[in-house]
Amino acid sequence: MPTYQQFNLPDAGEGLTEADIVTWSVAVGDTVEVNQPIVEIETAKSLVELPSPFSGVVTRLLVDEGETVEVGVPILEVDVDPDGEAPAEPSAPVQTADAVAEQPSPVAQESAQDSAHASAPAAPSAAAAAPAAPAEEGSGAVLVGYGVKAGSATRRERVEGSLEPIGGAEAGAEYPVLAKPPVRKLAKELGVDLTTVTPSGPGGLVTREDVEQQVKATAAQTLATYAGDDQPWLASGTTTRDGRSTRVPVKSVRKRTAEAMVQSAFTAPHVTEFLTVDVTETMNLVARLKQDRDFADVRVTPLLIVAKALLLAVRRHPEVNASWDDEAQEIVYKHYVNLGIAASTPRGLVVPNIKDAHRLPLHALAVELQDLTAQARNGSTSPRAMNDGTVTITNIGPLGIDTGTPILNPGESAILAFGAVRQQPWVHEGEIAVRWVTTLALSFDHRLIDGELGARVLADVGRVMQDPSQGLVWA
Amino acid sequence: MAAGGPLSTDDLVQLLTPAGERIGHQQFDAYASHLTPEELRAMWRDMTLVRAFDKEATSLQRQGELGLWVQSWGQEAAQIGSGHALNSQDFVFPSYREHGVAHTRGVDLVEVLRIFRGLQHGAWTPADHNFHLYTLVIGSHALHATGYAMGLTKDGLVATGDPAKDAAVVAYFGDGATSQGDVAEALTFASVYDAPVVFFVQNNQYAISESATRQSRVPIADRGKGVGIPSVRVDGNDVIASHAVTRWALEHARSGQGPVLIEAFTYRMGAHTTSDDPTRYRPKAEEQLWAERDPIARLEAHLEAAGELPDEFRAEVEAQAKALGERTRTTVRGWTKPDTLGMFDHVYAEPHASVEAERAWFDRYQRSFADQEATR
Repeated sequence: MPTYQQFNLPDAGEGLTEADIVTWSVAVGDTVEVNQPIVEIETAKSLVELPSPFSGVVTRLLVDEGETVEVGVPILEVDVDPDGEAPAEPSAPVQTADAVAEQPSPVAQESAQDSAHASAPAAPSAAAAAPAAPAEEGSGAVLVGYGVKAGSATRRERVEGSLEPIGGAEAGAEYPVLAKPPVRKLAKELGVDLTTVTPSGPGGLVTREDVEQQVKATAAQTLATYAGDDQPWLASGTTTRDGRSTRVPVKSVRKRTAEAMVQSAFTAPHVTEFLTVDVTETMNLVARLKQDRDFADVRVTPLLIVAKALLLAVRRHPEVNASWDDEAQEIVYKHYVNLGIAASTPRGLVVPNIKDAHRLPLHALAVELQDLTAQARNGSTSPRAMNDGTVTITNIGPLGIDTGTPILNPGESAILAFGAVRQQPWVHEGEIAVRWVTTLALSFDHRLIDGELGARVLADVGRVMQDPSQGLVWA
Repeated sequence: MAAGGPLSTDDLVQLLTPAGERIGHQQFDAYASHLTPEELRAMWRDMTLVRAFDKEATSLQRQGELGLWVQSWGQEAAQIGSGHALNSQDFVFPSYREHGVAHTRGVDLVEVLRIFRGLQHGAWTPADHNFHLYTLVIGSHALHATGYAMGLTKDGLVATGDPAKDAAVVAYFGDGATSQGDVAEALTFASVYDAPVVFFVQNNQYAISESATRQSRVPIADRGKGVGIPSVRVDGNDVIASHAVTRWALEHARSGQGPVLIEAFTYRMGAHTTSDDPTRYRPKAEEQLWAERDPIARLEAHLEAAGELPDEFRAEVEAQAKALGERTRTTVRGWTKPDTLGMFDHVYAEPHASVEAERAWFDRYQRSFADQEATR
């Protein structure tokens, strides 16, 4: 009985997906022998002659010369038993490319009635085990060759239940992100966090497309800010793609502040002491001075009295007005006081100081304080004004803050924080009374100032604040 | 051919001219004089069978039955000649093109195709044939061979004076492999330890598409001079000369005199593998020139002239070749998928807990698919 067999286009290289039919060397009706050359094909790699896997008579050439054929598609039909009886039917219809690609065997699909014999051999290659996929661009993931068909890594359906990893469930609890080095590089360049990317590749592999998709998804979005507030409020900086933050380069004042704070905080061991005092008398003094004709030309504030109190305390304890020279391994005691005042400005925090503040009478001190504050506000603080401070006051009270632990201005050894002055119930002369109360905080460099010295300085400041007339005694 | 270069044809040991005329040689004639017409016919038969098998395997690859094939066409004399010089106790480390040597070691050629169909990593038990598995990593087995040879010495199997006991090792590799660091290391170790190993280089003139002139300025045999290994260049298309120099080299090694480097100058008539196209990197005229130096035709001419190739013998070999081709074809087409768990079988010689855990996991993994039967 006639038995028809078809020859499917094989992969003549490693990983080829298609070939061009160049020349048929047999025609319908020709008798062919096993291994007789039948057709010349051209692959991406070379011209190749294909030998017939069958002996018999050629019954059909299934593709024309010049055609490009996918691997796995039947190209030739041979009657391998031409002397058999006449067939009842011609051969089965030619299978479509997709259907054929699903067949594991590249050779010998029996297409006639006699299927009892010559069963199809198993697939020779791993490629044949993969399910069929429509022809798309190849992925190129082979050692030699021109790529495997896209989609050939389609996921197979799993039965119920998950598979624990080798060595138990805990061993595989954390899977790292899977991505090839070029994809990792791309992600780095585009600023994409690979852990945020949804992988689409086989086995959870993050592909180039996934990264690009992620960029697209997060590209230049509007600010993720409050409803109706879509205008950036920062003068400079770069808004991130997702619109959720703006990055501003650290420059000028902010940069210097950061450097100074880091240097100070991590070289000088800070100790901060606190003292809460009744400053009602200071407030009364401020009120009187405001009425004083001699002080009519300046603004009088509680800060002026604090400054004077600190200068008096330094005079009594000059060792606090010093700095640590690490390089020379010396302590430098200053015979002058350049009194720094931490000031908030549009450009950031600056600490200008009042030169030789220890020599200034109260009015002159008030004038200097006023000028310093004015310059800081309009940004005209000179560099010189910020050099060579010896001790500093940070006035945090106006912000409504009780106190804090200030960080030393580099090169100095003490800084006094002046908190808010509030009316509070206070024991005054054996009775509870409503008094003006504030908290003073003194941070000092514990390398050269012991706790006792710090305490004495702070206590002296507090004493003057509590009773400014004490200044007459110490002046 | 540049004089003195790796493609030079000067100073090649030759005992059979391309016309099939047996000629003498001062040093090596003695190592071929024992060959009887019967033994020469056996070599001719082996070369013919290996070529028939090689052709069949090439066709099978073109028919989609093999993923890849590596042709030995043109190199039969170098392989069969040297293979016939081996004693059973000698041990061979082949690369991946040594089908002729495999045949002389009693490996069923059809079984070799299991590797090229992707069914197995190694298709025979090396100890059964004293023939190691094919090594696809270029040149790495030169080190394995040297180590094995050093082991033979330590086991007292060299220079005992007992021909049934004295053993040596042959490492087969190509001109391209000589550029590998592994080969340089192997030569050094073999030399300084007097390892009983014969390095048999089949210089087929191309490392895939790269000419041997890109591997060396001098004949590859000259590499031996640098490390103190005696070397010889032989006409690799002359089966008698290939046999004689290998015999000499093996005796040298087995008797404790150390390694030998043989360069068999030959030509690969086919592609490097079925995946490349040699017409893109070498001229037709060159292929034609070497077709005229065919190793089988040369021995055939010699036997014919001596009246030692009777028609009955020819017919017998022809029938054997045809039968081998048919057996190859039907066997390969009949192969089904192997049990994938088999890949864990020979990882270690003895049971190993980690491998067992991996085998068990992989079994569960396979069973986790709804369509598992389709892939088993």
